[in-house]
Amino acid sequence: MSQFAINLIFVGSSFALYIGIAIWARAGSTKEFYVAGGGVNPITNGMATAADWMSAASFISMAGLIAAGGYANSTFLMGWTGGYVLLAMLLAPYLRKFGKFTVPDFIGDRFYSRGARLTAVICLIVMSVTYVIGQMTGAGVAFSRFLEVSSSAGIWIAAAIVFLYAVFGGMKGITYTQVAQYVVLIIAYTIPAVFISLQLTGNPIPMFGMFGTHVESGQPLLVTLNEVVRDLGFQDYTADVDNKLNMVLFTLSLMIGTAGLPHVIIRFFTVPKVADARWSAGWTLVFIALLYLTAPAVASMARLNLATTIFPNGPDAPALAYADRPDWIKTWEQTGLIRWEDKNNDGRIQMYNDANAAFAPTAEARGWAGNELTVNNDILVLANPEIANLPGWVIGLIAAGGIAAALSTAAGLLLAISSAISHDLIKSIINPNISEKGEMLAARISMAGAILLATYLGLNPPGFAAQVVALAFGIAAASLFPALMMGIFSKRVNSKGAIAGMLVGLISTLLYIFTYLGWFFIGGTNMLPNTPDNWLFGISPLSFGAVGAMLNFAVAYAVSLSTEEPPQEIQDLVESVRTPKGAGAALDH
Amino acid sequence: MADEKANAAAYWKANVRLITWSLVVWALVSYGFAILLRPMLAGIPVGGTDLGFWFAQQGSILTFIAIIFHYAWRLNKLDKEFDVEE
Repeated sequence: MSQFAINLIFVGSSFALYIGIAIWARAGSTKEFYVAGGGVNPITNGMATAADWMSAASFISMAGLIAAGGYANSTFLMGWTGGYVLLAMLLAPYLRKFGKFTVPDFIGDRFYSRGARLTAVICLIVMSVTYVIGQMTGAGVAFSRFLEVSSSAGIWIAAAIVFLYAVFGGMKGITYTQVAQYVVLIIAYTIPAVFISLQLTGNPIPMFGMFGTHVESGQPLLVTLNEVVRDLGFQDYTADVDNKLNMVLFTLSLMIGTAGLPHVIIRFFTVPKVADARWSAGWTLVFIALLYLTAPAVASMARLNLATTIFPNGPDAPALAYADRPDWIKTWEQTGLIRWEDKNNDGRIQMYNDANAAFAPTAEARGWAGNELTVNNDILVLANPEIANLPGWVIGLIAAGGIAAALSTAAGLLLAISSAISHDLIKSIINPNISEKGEMLAARISMAGAILLATYLGLNPPGFAAQVVALAFGIAAASLFPALMMGIFSKRVNSKGAIAGMLVGLISTLLYIFTYLGWFFIGGTNMLPNTPDNWLFGISPLSFGAVGAMLNFAVAYAVSLSTEEPPQEIQDLVESVRTPKGAGAALDH
Repeated sequence: MADEKANAAAYWKANVRLITWSLVVWALVSYGFAILLRPMLAGIPVGGTDLGFWFAQQGSILTFIAIIFHYAWRLNKLDKEFDVEE
């Protein structure tokens, strides 16, 4: 059977499964549409949240980033998991107790202000729309590589599938498809990793193999990896970083941003009880960790595999001849994600760090005239089974897994967008008298509209898509997270304080990002070059979300303390969300 | 009513204390062991590298899981002690 047919079978049967679930789990009421009826088992919800959270970025890009950056990029591992500790203790259980449908619901009620609700809706939509672009393009890449359709056709197919289960099933359909998608993506991610770990270290568990002994060299894998990359002019894989402040702030921004993402928070509204929200956050992290503990192993092993493929007899011996390159390099060359340029005209592939001045004499002595191989970080996970010579069905599995990761996150984001429009804008601000049926219809229409917008942006991605994902985390960290946390942990913060805080957090973060990346990301309009020398105290634009969050907290407290206390019924509301007792009843007394 | 209020306040105080200690551990393993204190832990070898590297890529994630389950378990017990469970 051809590889194409195998890929088609895997992707096709996963789609059939999602559509089957969509037909089974149709939403009949707004409660089912927004929060799956509130009856989802905490472990099931943990699995669905894990799929909701792990996007194309986690599945496809993260291991590549770690492979390229080594220790320095551990920030992604800690940042994208540590946020769940904050979510479990500072937000999820209390918002579940509050018992409504959306994140702006809480901000609007707690800060008794339409302005606050509207600010939250705007932050939510900007964040979620920018995020969803990445998912659509990610699905497009996976389709075009594995199913030999154009990237645009891939995006249309992805949109049609999401349309089917998200528009009809709402949160209910999305929840159960996400469970299926989690199973597909975790199997797809771990199987190649297990085989590669066995090949390199003899240990079937990648997270142990990574710290185990490299079979070929007889010394620890990471020691070998350090030696190999050092011999190519790169810094050690495990080398420490100099700018610790920036590393701390970047990790903190990712953590706070994760905890403040509305599409993740609303998943905790679907469990039956407050205590379930706490357990569910734990289960979510367990399911996420299965991938996140494997990713660094995939990263280090793939980096080693790549280097030994190019230099089979070590860097001092002649490198791999281009004519002898393995098949996976040929397939990925067609996508343009691997490029070779024979700078010294010897017909061989040299890959090394040509930006390292101290290494230049060694390179010259070896007859190298510059790095000849450019490898896009994103292909590492997708090409992993081919690099390790695994059978064709594993490649089909990776195709289905990458698409599952993109679709599950896209669906969660689209639900967050559509509920913000139908529930927070239409029901709460424009037309409070809308009927249940009318609100359902509005929710479905806004979902369809959001899918069309996402498809359009996926087909015509703005040139700044990569930076915009960082923007989404910055906004979540600087605007929503502090407002939500203060709404629960302080009775004194009032509407003026919260709005001022959100605006200061949002605007300061945007200004800092725009200063270095250009106004609205338009190239050339940046006022300072985006290099570490120009950053304020060495803080990169990606790390500024944490600073924005601190400014938000400070301004909100200062303004609140100099203005009036919140009304008594709001203080009672805060007390009621703090205890699990009497969910719902406390609001009526 | 007054009793109930005092009880809710005591429950909240206990919860905040638990959160604070959990966050201390959370910060210690990630910002501490994995980043700022890594040079101090450089002498402790783990599988070809040092303890700080292990915490950055494995240990902190495992600790995060333990923190959440410990918190959920302790707080569910507090819910019963203070009789505020759902």
